[in-house]
Amino acid sequence: MLSIRRTLADLSVFGKGYVRSREGLFFTLVFPIILIVLFGAIFSGGGGATTVYVQNLDNGPVSTQFIAALNSTTAITLVPVPASDNFSQYLSSHSASEGILIPAGFSVDYSSDPPVPVNVTLYGNPASSTSGIVEGITASVLNSFNLHRANGTAVLSFQAQSIASKSYKYIDFLVPGLIGFAVLTSPMFALVNVSSTYKRDKIFKALSLTPLTKTEWLLSKILWYVFMTLISFVLMVVAGVALFGAQFTLSLGVLPFLLVGPLMFVSLGMLVGTASNSPESAAVVGNLVTFPMMFLSGTFFPVQSMPAYLQSIARVLPLYYVIQGLTNVMIYTNLGSALFDLAVMLVVSAVFFGLAVRFFEWRER
Amino acid sequence: MSDSSAISVDSLAKSYGSLHAVDGISFNVQKGEVFSLLGPNGAGKTTTIEILEGLRNKDGGKVSVLGLDPWSNGYELHKRIGVIPQGFKFFDYPTPREAVEYYAALFGAKVDADEILKDVLLDEAASTYFLHLSGGQRQKMGMALSLVNDPELVFLDEPTTGLDPQARRAVWDVIRGLKKEGRGVLLTTHYLEEAEELADTVAIMNHGKIIASGTPEEIIAKYGSGERMSVRGSSALAGYVRANTKLKVDYESGRVTVLLARKEDALAALEAISQSGMEWSELTTMRDSLEDIFVRMVGEESENGISTGGKA
Ligand SMILES: Nc1ncnc2c1ncn2[C@@H]1O[C@H](COP(=O)(O)OP(=O)(O)OP(=O)(O)O)[C@@H](O)[C@H]1O
Ligand SMILES: [Mg+2]
Repeated sequence: MLSIRRTLADLSVFGKGYVRSREGLFFTLVFPIILIVLFGAIFSGGGGATTVYVQNLDNGPVSTQFIAALNSTTAITLVPVPASDNFSQYLSSHSASEGILIPAGFSVDYSSDPPVPVNVTLYGNPASSTSGIVEGITASVLNSFNLHRANGTAVLSFQAQSIASKSYKYIDFLVPGLIGFAVLTSPMFALVNVSSTYKRDKIFKALSLTPLTKTEWLLSKILWYVFMTLISFVLMVVAGVALFGAQFTLSLGVLPFLLVGPLMFVSLGMLVGTASNSPESAAVVGNLVTFPMMFLSGTFFPVQSMPAYLQSIARVLPLYYVIQGLTNVMIYTNLGSALFDLAVMLVVSAVFFGLAVRFFEWRER
Repeated sequence: MSDSSAISVDSLAKSYGSLHAVDGISFNVQKGEVFSLLGPNGAGKTTTIEILEGLRNKDGGKVSVLGLDPWSNGYELHKRIGVIPQGFKFFDYPTPREAVEYYAALFGAKVDADEILKDVLLDEAASTYFLHLSGGQRQKMGMALSLVNDPELVFLDEPTTGLDPQARRAVWDVIRGLKKEGRGVLLTTHYLEEAEELADTVAIMNHGKIIASGTPEEIIAKYGSGERMSVRGSSALAGYVRANTKLKVDYESGRVTVLLARKEDALAALEAISQSGMEWSELTTMRDSLEDIFVRMVGEESENGISTGGKA
């Protein structure tokens, strides 16, 4: 029943309008580069690793190993603080925001059987992206240690791996984050606007008088935004690498995310747009849905740098899985985790698409 | 429904909450005729026409368009009808030519876009973005799109509202062309002269009801107050004529008006006037136009308090 001819005819008219209106083109071609340049410049801090102060109250073998693991990441430079100083006073007197405090008994508690929980204290400024990176790195090193403890593997045989074996810069995380931003915002904002104004102007009614079906109409928008997303992706990757030396792995693994992401947000934008009574209220609802999702899903800084309760909110946001998936493919080359993210996206997309087709009424009852 | 009717409507009703927007109307539109629904704002014209197009569902009654139920057979019906919604709008950026080609692709129709645009007198703006078209040009583009699928029946909802007189006449020409090509037309309008000019059959609608219908002549004959003759003169003259003929005579602000039921009445009236020997001047005759009837009927309804939109 689905007609390729009609879908392509609609795609061609929509695409021409998009190009001719120029606003759309700005969002696809110029905005991604502006974003990369802006955030890259703000957070790359002239390059170089973040300085992190470490006070080790333990002195056992495990804490030494832990510090060595942290040190092996070139993203942070550790500066030891004498055990005799008050750590937080020391940090503020050195105008430092990042610090790691290893408590006394770290090694003993870690190795005891059954293990006694140990708390490593992180000092940081939650608003700063570097704190997020420090937190992310520390958390993943700690994780590795916990894994080894649970598996009963000898602590000293620990090998720095995954995050600890490579160095990451903020810009590396920023590229997939901002691609996620593009995947979310350009279809969302466009579809909220298009569907609410078409409804107001009775353009949907006019279209319902042609053989074009709702599914074909929606499909043509999805195809267009997949195309736009691919262009944004290429631009951001090129800008990230050329301007800031971002490092990531490019593989075909990114493709499913660039296909399913727009499908998800075209459908969601459609739902918001047609559920509203006017373009104005649609814009309000659209912003209410888009902005929190945009900030909480790890677009501008890693989700790991957010407080736990915000992290759990992030996990119910569809964009989170787009960015996690892209990060897993591009940064960690962890395709297994990426597959999980993709599965979540597929389910959510199917639901959004189904609801959009169902509730999007050409006609009036 | 007889074979010759394109649309048949029987006791059609549609309410929005407690408002009876369409309140049990019935009419038939013959194949190939231009049928006009004439009524003031809020009469229920758009509601009616959109039900016939399959764009809204009805609450009650029966409708059949080209033998199909518009709501449940909309997809079939839409291949055979052409529609311009009230206040037609379209995407900002296609040109009329591209829009016609787009519709042609959707319908799988082979059409010459330039020829259609010429038919609706829009060839001079064939390459202007819809956004930049004037109101009349937009309306003509709507007409062009409604013709892409070579429809048997065309629905035009206020195609000339807001157009200047010249653009309105251009749209009228297009509508006359549709009729010549044998297409049926259902036209809604506020404008009396438009209905009078174009329609074979007119139905006057107000508050969801049809209050008069027929050819313009039939309506005038049935609801008009007939031909009248009037002269400038005194109330004494009026009294004299009334006393000496069997005619109905009115006097109002210096004019004596005589209702002419038959043409002989005119001679009788003139004879009486002449016999009276009184002063008279400015002899005129007049008859109700459709407009007089429309204004009177719609106005009377409002005065009688039926204007609340039709209580049940
Ligand atoms: N979707 C709707 N919801 C609620 N009320 C409606 C709706 N559509 C129309 N109405 C009401 O129904 C009545 C008839 O409206 P309709 O649009 O059919 O009138 P119309 O004759 O086309 O008027 P106009 O000449 O102004 O276009 C009006 O009072 C209108 O306010
Ligand atoms: Mg109307």
